[in-house]
Amino acid sequence: MIARVLWSFLLLACALTTHAATLEQGLEQLKSKDFSHIEQGIATIAASGDDNAELILNLLLNGEIYRHKKSNELVTIQGKEDKQLIIVNLFDDSGDSAQTVSKRKIKKVRINNKLRASLKSAIASLKLNSNDPVLRLEAVNQLIGKLNPVLYQTLLERQQTESDDRVKSLIDVALAVTDLNSQDSDKASQINAIELLSESLQPAARNALQQFVDETDNASLKFKANKGLRSIDERRKWAGHAETLFFGLSLGSVLVLAAIGLAITFGVMGVINMAHGELIMLGAYTTYVVQLLMPNNIALSILVSIPAAFLVSAIAGIMIERGVIRFLYGRPLETLLATFGISLILQQAVRSVFSPLNRSVATPEFMSGVIEINPVLSLTLNRLYIIAFCLIVFALLFMLLRYTRLGIEVRAVAQNRAMARAMGVRSEWVDAMTFGLGSGIAGVAGVALSQLTNVGPNLGQAYIIDSFMVVVFGGVGNLWGTLVAGLSLGVANKIMEPWAGAVLAKILVLVFIILFIQKRPRGLFPQKGRSAEG
Amino acid sequence: MRLIEEFQHREKVFDFMMPNTSPALDVSKGYLLYLEDISVSFDGFKAINNLNLYIKEGELRCIIGPNGAGKTTMMDIITGKTRPDSGSAWFGQKINLLEMSEPEIAQAGIGRKFQKPTVFEHQTVFANLELSMAGAKGVFTTLMARFSASQLDHIDHVLNQIGLKQQRNLLAGALSHGQKQWLEIGMLLMQNPKLLLVDEPVAGMTHQEMDRTGELLSSLAGEHTVILVEHDMDFVRSLANQVTVLHQGSVLAEGTMDQVQSDKKVVQVYLGE
Amino acid sequence: MTTYQGIFDKSTVRFLAVLIAIAAAVPLLNTLDSSNPLHVSTYTMTLMGKYLCYALLAVAVDLVWGYLGILSLGHAAFFALGGYAMGMYLMRQIGDRGVYGDPLLPDFMVFLNWQELPWFWNGFDQFWYAALMIVLVPGLLAFVFGWLAFRSRVTGVYLSIITQALTYALLLAFFRNEMGFGGNNGLTDFKDILGFDLQANATRVALYIASAVALGLSYIACRFVVTSRLGRVAMAIRDAESRTRFIGYKVENVKLFIFVMSAVLAGIAGALYVPQVGIINPSEFSPLNSIELVVWVALGGRATLYGAVVGAVAVNYAKTYLTAALPEVWLFTLGAMFVLVTLFLPKGVMGILQRKSPANSSGSDDDTPKPELPQDGVKA
Repeated sequence: MIARVLWSFLLLACALTTHAATLEQGLEQLKSKDFSHIEQGIATIAASGDDNAELILNLLLNGEIYRHKKSNELVTIQGKEDKQLIIVNLFDDSGDSAQTVSKRKIKKVRINNKLRASLKSAIASLKLNSNDPVLRLEAVNQLIGKLNPVLYQTLLERQQTESDDRVKSLIDVALAVTDLNSQDSDKASQINAIELLSESLQPAARNALQQFVDETDNASLKFKANKGLRSIDERRKWAGHAETLFFGLSLGSVLVLAAIGLAITFGVMGVINMAHGELIMLGAYTTYVVQLLMPNNIALSILVSIPAAFLVSAIAGIMIERGVIRFLYGRPLETLLATFGISLILQQAVRSVFSPLNRSVATPEFMSGVIEINPVLSLTLNRLYIIAFCLIVFALLFMLLRYTRLGIEVRAVAQNRAMARAMGVRSEWVDAMTFGLGSGIAGVAGVALSQLTNVGPNLGQAYIIDSFMVVVFGGVGNLWGTLVAGLSLGVANKIMEPWAGAVLAKILVLVFIILFIQKRPRGLFPQKGRSAEG
Repeated sequence: MRLIEEFQHREKVFDFMMPNTSPALDVSKGYLLYLEDISVSFDGFKAINNLNLYIKEGELRCIIGPNGAGKTTMMDIITGKTRPDSGSAWFGQKINLLEMSEPEIAQAGIGRKFQKPTVFEHQTVFANLELSMAGAKGVFTTLMARFSASQLDHIDHVLNQIGLKQQRNLLAGALSHGQKQWLEIGMLLMQNPKLLLVDEPVAGMTHQEMDRTGELLSSLAGEHTVILVEHDMDFVRSLANQVTVLHQGSVLAEGTMDQVQSDKKVVQVYLGE
Repeated sequence: MTTYQGIFDKSTVRFLAVLIAIAAAVPLLNTLDSSNPLHVSTYTMTLMGKYLCYALLAVAVDLVWGYLGILSLGHAAFFALGGYAMGMYLMRQIGDRGVYGDPLLPDFMVFLNWQELPWFWNGFDQFWYAALMIVLVPGLLAFVFGWLAFRSRVTGVYLSIITQALTYALLLAFFRNEMGFGGNNGLTDFKDILGFDLQANATRVALYIASAVALGLSYIACRFVVTSRLGRVAMAIRDAESRTRFIGYKVENVKLFIFVMSAVLAGIAGALYVPQVGIINPSEFSPLNSIELVVWVALGGRATLYGAVVGAVAVNYAKTYLTAALPEVWLFTLGAMFVLVTLFLPKGVMGILQRKSPANSSGSDDDTPKPELPQDGVKA
């Protein structure tokens, strides 16, 4: 890595012409053993305006610039040969100057902490002019609390021309921090600074206020700063809540996705499908296989995986229904056992085919990254996509059951099988389709899960109990109940996690549901009336 | 302190540690069952609407009414299966049915025969009768239970009464539909309840079976108080003198069969005029 | 009908005779010279002791599932709790012979830098106390859980699912180091029991015989319950719960009694299992274990008790054999067993045998086979 940076640096070095003189002067000063000379050198290089100034300063900061004792040239280490080092002159584009020397022949250009600080701010002020707002942001962050009058002026000018809002507000913070702590600021500007900092959610702003409170003797300013701190803390707390809610919703969405297929097979058909988790697993493996088939187009592979996983799991589900479950209608406990057997077979089959090791599925670029709402709250994109995906699947399913012919037939069979048959509904066909639908959605859930965790044979097992809990908690046969239950369990889990730990939070949720079912055996939204009996 | 009391009151598990005595049945006023102002609704549908019904001791009362009139729901309320939204239900003067669980109500002396015959199909006829025998039914008493001579006699007697002596060691599941109905009535006899609730005992029976059932029920009345829900008018006419007509969850008419049949409201409800 | 005839019917007598024969023969054959073809190695004997513990566990499950109709998917939890209680006693017996040589704290606590014994480890240095806990802890958990569940009339698959959640929650809990049960690794490296070296042959023989005796006595106790009127009430609840209520039985209490009894038996099985295998860890709580033992009972035949024993031994023998010889095949076999038994053998292997010999008059549930084909419209 370092070598690569060096090479690019060396290649660029040939471009050093216009400001070569000043840059050269600065470099010359670096050769001194006196720290004050080196500091001057740094200032000279920074002020040179040379394109490579930043690179040189970075090398210096990382301690990669050496002085060749004999030739008094500045060199960098290019590689190692036995116990000797290969060194190259700083401005050698061709590599002609490469030579092998012993360690003792060169001396590192030493820097101390003071120099390190000035290097950092020098680099930062250079970065301020970068075209990339992310780099500028980093630079300003670097500078906060370390502004000298020159930099202050630079920032002030920059603030006028800055186009990016985030950078601009951070510059405000940086300036305000300086105003606050500066000896020659008057009280009015300090008050202004405090007010400005109180508005900001930047961690640096809070730190500066805190420090000010600890150090200042001025009671009224201290009071104001304290008030500002409280308001910041208040808003940070809310941001924290929002983040917990977001994490909770995304976990809840996963639960809903995993459970909603079950809500159909268990809720609508009354079939306990213990192999549901394995149908999710099949979906995840389908994603993995599709990705293997089209390794160059990850984004497309995810989109292709969704229908593919639906089909694979739906077909597997229909085979389970036709092969086993239909012989066991009306005997839920037996169905539970038989489908559990199927889940074992599916697990072992996957283990035999794909190996027992976990596989990882790549995340497409459009799903990675974060959306930064403010400095203390940022949402990861993949979680956001999962939430959206869950809602879309839910909406589609809901509409399917409500408005299509199949949906009407499914509900008819669920409510009164004999009557539905009398009305000409092919109940066997409806059973198979309903089960296929529920299974297919499990497969789709598998696609979503493959974006969050590794894909392995035990993937399904991890979700089956949770899924049942969600369905039972929400009330069997009620899609809305499943949605509400899944999301609220997810949020509850995340709320408890900070003080209870992930495992204990999960245990607490389980215990809560166990107790809840005792109290309301039919869940949050029970089906009422005569038809619900028995 | 109140909280503790309430907790102990609700706590039902430890009951088997206590002697199983039912509160004294007090029928000094001559009435066995009081249902007053009872209402219950499912999902907004009023199954029972302000129902008032009084049953005298020793009476055989027939309840008739069209489907959905609330007959079965009424029985559910009396036996503790359904809790009414409002109203009161008293068994004699002192026993508040609304505060008791199903087994407590059964132990207090109310027996029920379901519309669909429900006997324990995987057990013998004899065991079916044994299980419904009156007496202490706590866990440990049951675990250690032995037959006394009089209990065996009682079972024999009931077997004779319901005509299943030959079938005593047969599994109940192997009985015919009519035999199951009789076995269920036999189970009620073993329970020896004060009040018998009988739901459509002759549905699906042949005429001969019906006659036999009629005899059985008549022999019950007097010694027991019987509430009979039935659709078959001839059968009702042959049995009861007092008839109550339910409609939309409340009492429409009450009286003898003839009175009721000439009642204009009843005719309207039944014939839709 | 005198009770003793009821308890010791033909099948029970036959079962007990076989059990006594095996219990006596194996230790005798174990004393033979190892060159003798009839010699039974200590390893095999311990393996059989393990099977006997599983058999006891299966009997416990059959009691609640076969006779009461409660499909518990969490019975391994009671087994494991009994096992942990025994494991804690065995840990305390190690004394200062552990790796760290701490006279009081077990190795894993020293490793975690604990300064003192957690309160719930107190008393486990006494065997009588451990024995009490073996019965009390699973019993109490079953009591509390059952009291809550049965009182609010959670039945059928709902009950099955929450029993599974129960054992899952315990699994997660026991994995935590903070719980004080050795976390992931569980309890192991036991040295001796009641002062006898666990590795010694005589101790192994004693444990084996103890398992056989426990199975025999528990079997008789279960027979006592199922042949009593309470047993008939239980079957009545299994077949028509609300009807049973209407003839005056407090269904909750009956269920609670049998459920707790079953949990206690499972705990005893676990306690005998641990010294023979030499380890107890949280994986015993895994839902898979609980559901696997249900298939033992299903395969053997429900509501017969001896069917559960036969199923437990048969499945575990197959497991021992297959996981060693063809590890890939084992899960396929187990899975297929679940499917085939539920589809084609609703009464288990014993059910087939019974049908072939109608002379057997003990079972009351063998004359009316449930319809095996789908019945449309039966669904609730």
